[in-house]
Amino acid sequence: MTTMTIAKAINEGLRASLTNNPKSLLMGEDIGPLGGVYRVTDGLIRDFGADRVVDTPLAESGIVGTAIGLALRGYRPICEIQFDGFVFPGFNQITTQLAKMHSRSGGKLTVPVVIRIPYGGGIGSIEHHSESPEALFAHTAGLRIITPSNAHDAYWMIQQAVDCTDPVIFFEPKRRYWLKGEVDTESPGPASDPFQAHVLREGSDATIVAYGPLVPVALAAAAAAEEDGHSVEVIDLRSISPIDFDTVTASVKRTGRLIVAHEAPTFGGIGGEIAARISERAFLHLEAPVIRVGGFHMPYPVAKVEEDYLPDIDKILEALDRSLAY
Amino acid sequence: MGATQLPTPGINGTGLDLQSPAGGASSDPGAEMIQLLGPDGKLGTDPVFSDYAKRLEPEQLRGFYADMAKVRRFDQEATALQRQGELALWVPLTGQEAAQIGSGRATQRQDYIFPTYREHGVALTRDVDLAELLKLFRGISNGGWDPTENNFHLYTLVLAAQTLHSVGYAMGIQRDQKFAEANGSNEPKAAVVAYFGDGASSEGDVHESMVFAASYNAPVVFFCQNNHWAISVPTEVQTKVPLFNRAKGYGFPGIRVDGNDVIAVHAVTEWALEHAREGRGPVLIEAYTYRVGAHTTADDPTKYRESAEETAWRGKDPLDRLEKYLRNEGLADEAFFEQVKTDGDKLAAHVRSTTQSLQGPNIRESFAGVYAEPHPLVAEELAWFEEYSAGFVGDDEEGRK
Repeated sequence: MTTMTIAKAINEGLRASLTNNPKSLLMGEDIGPLGGVYRVTDGLIRDFGADRVVDTPLAESGIVGTAIGLALRGYRPICEIQFDGFVFPGFNQITTQLAKMHSRSGGKLTVPVVIRIPYGGGIGSIEHHSESPEALFAHTAGLRIITPSNAHDAYWMIQQAVDCTDPVIFFEPKRRYWLKGEVDTESPGPASDPFQAHVLREGSDATIVAYGPLVPVALAAAAAAEEDGHSVEVIDLRSISPIDFDTVTASVKRTGRLIVAHEAPTFGGIGGEIAARISERAFLHLEAPVIRVGGFHMPYPVAKVEEDYLPDIDKILEALDRSLAY
Repeated sequence: MGATQLPTPGINGTGLDLQSPAGGASSDPGAEMIQLLGPDGKLGTDPVFSDYAKRLEPEQLRGFYADMAKVRRFDQEATALQRQGELALWVPLTGQEAAQIGSGRATQRQDYIFPTYREHGVALTRDVDLAELLKLFRGISNGGWDPTENNFHLYTLVLAAQTLHSVGYAMGIQRDQKFAEANGSNEPKAAVVAYFGDGASSEGDVHESMVFAASYNAPVVFFCQNNHWAISVPTEVQTKVPLFNRAKGYGFPGIRVDGNDVIAVHAVTEWALEHAREGRGPVLIEAYTYRVGAHTTADDPTKYRESAEETAWRGKDPLDRLEKYLRNEGLADEAFFEQVKTDGDKLAAHVRSTTQSLQGPNIRESFAGVYAEPHPLVAEELAWFEEYSAGFVGDDEEGRK
């Protein structure tokens, strides 16, 4: 066991992938000597050279599009998009090309591309630097989307993303980059399947589902609820596409209540999808409607008011109260 | 405000000349255009490219003609199949045969080709069964052939997306070659050809692909068929400078070639591919040609262009001029041209019968293709569909297969 931050865990995970898979390579803006704006690729160009840690021109469509070409040639490119809000110039390549290549070739072509995107708010940043666009990608068949919430998962999930034959969007909870945790670099242990949700805390009165940056918030809310005498289960979804509905359903069948929390706006979001599926799978077990806690239907607001926008412990507890009172 | 100066119009070569011809449908292609075989069937000279033309054996020249005639016959058959309801849509290539056969025949087996969706002639040169091309247009596949068999990628319908794939693929070739050289392996050097058109040249992906190609010195040849019309919009709207000139801005060579002259196209492409394979970086070729027919079978060119323009371009027909040359030089006799016609009809018959016998698709294949690895949602939806379909068994008339 080694203690490291999430950023360092991803760095070490990338290092392991570059070491284990000679066809893997990193691409992105400022990922070379600078080590990325968040230093996630720090030191990698020194050890693996500029052919495998590629500082690209400043063009996101170019990064994703050339990564597809490299993948068609047998490589495993790992792209870094500098910030969530800057993925959109590459959106066409991701949704019309990357996601569909395997399907339209009748399974003859594979494009094992990983796209790393630091996402989410809470860092007091400027416009386009705090967004959570995961639902836009989850709506696109052909992509897989995973997001770690702790250092151990980060270390293993990035490697699993690289090993996956399908394209993977790897959302990194940027405000948790400096969150430290224990990492077992010898064995993934329970993290062996990146598409499986994890029950982080068991409870009997209600279930909170969260992922990425909101997992620590959900755990804190559950701890606070316990002081009020409520036993709350917390699930870290880990994979946004596919979603491990079996784990969520089993939990809801035990607790009867479900709250889904994410930073992204609730309208048309992942929480709505989970609510709909759970109402189909566990309708008679539900004691209350599924409640979503998430962003408002507005562009991500200015930093000085993001506190009012972001789900926090109080908003989750308020949702819990509503659910329990039903 | 008197100190404010606007760029002076009319300064040649500065790019500021607002009056300069943009290389549109009716304009002069300019003295810089490489042409070896003129519309009169006479072979001219060029200080660089004549040497390439001289290497061509009579057999190859006859082959060029046979290829062009074949793909034109194929094009007619596909258009007919669309008219008869066998295809949802067809994108004719007539007029662009020399650009496609000349460039395609300049490629080698180890090169990789990324077409747009009109490169039926290039497909022919890569030994793709042309009947396979129709699967996309018949609505039974979004691809249709195995791109790895002939290094001929699937058609790409989102314009210019493939130009970036081309550069990425070329970056992969660079790495493979470095690895091969380090290991003393003697693989033949390879390059990529990215096909796109004058319309697609406005897409941002073309710009990004040229930036990436230049930055990494990638072995890629950008082959732009300027057929003068992006559906109904003329080239003048896409560019104010001749397209090949754009290469200068990226820092690699750009060449305009007569796209209806198969000999020049072949020469220029051979040169560009050698340039790329030898590690000297990308090249942009603008093949100056014309889409004689409609954009697709759903298009109506009479609404946006004069028939006189089409007539003028028919006078520059790529097949006619090579036929004249072959006859004048005594390189092909009547029997040859008869044989070409017979072969074309044979191909057309093959394409027709194959198309009509193509099995309808099954949505289970669509389920199977979404992901390479097992996916629970796809599995669940497929299971639902199977159960749903099973409910129809026994309903002879309405039954679902």
